[in-house]
Amino acid sequence: MNLSQLKEILEAEVICGLEKLECVEIHTAFSADLMSDVLAFARSGCLLITGLTTSQTVRTAFALDIAAILVCRGKEPQAQAVEIARELGIPLLRTEHIMFETCGILYREGLRGCICDVQAGDKPCVE
Amino acid sequence: MSSEDAFGGSYTVRGRDFIDAGLVSSQIKKLLKDRGIPEDVVRKVAVVTFEAEVNIISYAEIGTINFYVDHKAVTIEAMDKGQGIPNIDLALQEGYSTADDTIRDMGFGAGMGLPNIKKFSDEFEIVSIVGKGTTLKSVIRTVDK
Repeated sequence: MNLSQLKEILEAEVICGLEKLECVEIHTAFSADLMSDVLAFARSGCLLITGLTTSQTVRTAFALDIAAILVCRGKEPQAQAVEIARELGIPLLRTEHIMFETCGILYREGLRGCICDVQAGDKPCVE
Repeated sequence: MSSEDAFGGSYTVRGRDFIDAGLVSSQIKKLLKDRGIPEDVVRKVAVVTFEAEVNIISYAEIGTINFYVDHKAVTIEAMDKGQGIPNIDLALQEGYSTADDTIRDMGFGAGMGLPNIKKFSDEFEIVSIVGKGTTLKSVIRTVDK
């Protein structure tokens, strides 16, 4: 799905990256509030679902070439995080859904984990 | 890449400067990307420098992150003046942490920093003296062995 579809499905608000909604395609996701875990396990091109609203979320996404950030639980990303996301060209969205609901809805719509489990490594998630 | 094309950089990281945590990592990443270093290598360097930067900010007074790129690898050195690590074996265990709430509020401090640096490095060395500081070296190869 593209970010525009994701926005509709989750009734999300686009904080920055409006111009990229149609062109950024998302197939996989990783969700965590711990950025060290994101750095360890997330993969390039995935969607990052998090409740962490600091600039480190954006810098972590940039380090890994993550396609977009979705802040859940209705949290507001900090002003500096928004500024850095704009500067680095990373789309930033927010939704009122809690993380579990966000992940469940996106899974139902076809998104899969960027890795299946930590032992499987880069093996893609297929059923 | 020939030896004439080798390049590098050096960055100062200030302790407790939590606001800018990750800035040096972003800057190094942009530089390597612009110089055409393979994307997977750039991502590994970004992770290693990010965690090293967070460690300096969290536990040291001041530190330096150097990187050097030659035809075989990217070498990263992170040196700091600070409290040092009493037990490196323990610090390398996933989940072992002495972090405070400020560090945890940034999404770090869960005992994954050094294990992550080791995981993304092809070669990894760390030396620490309690009360003086820590030096770590990470080598990420740009070509296969």
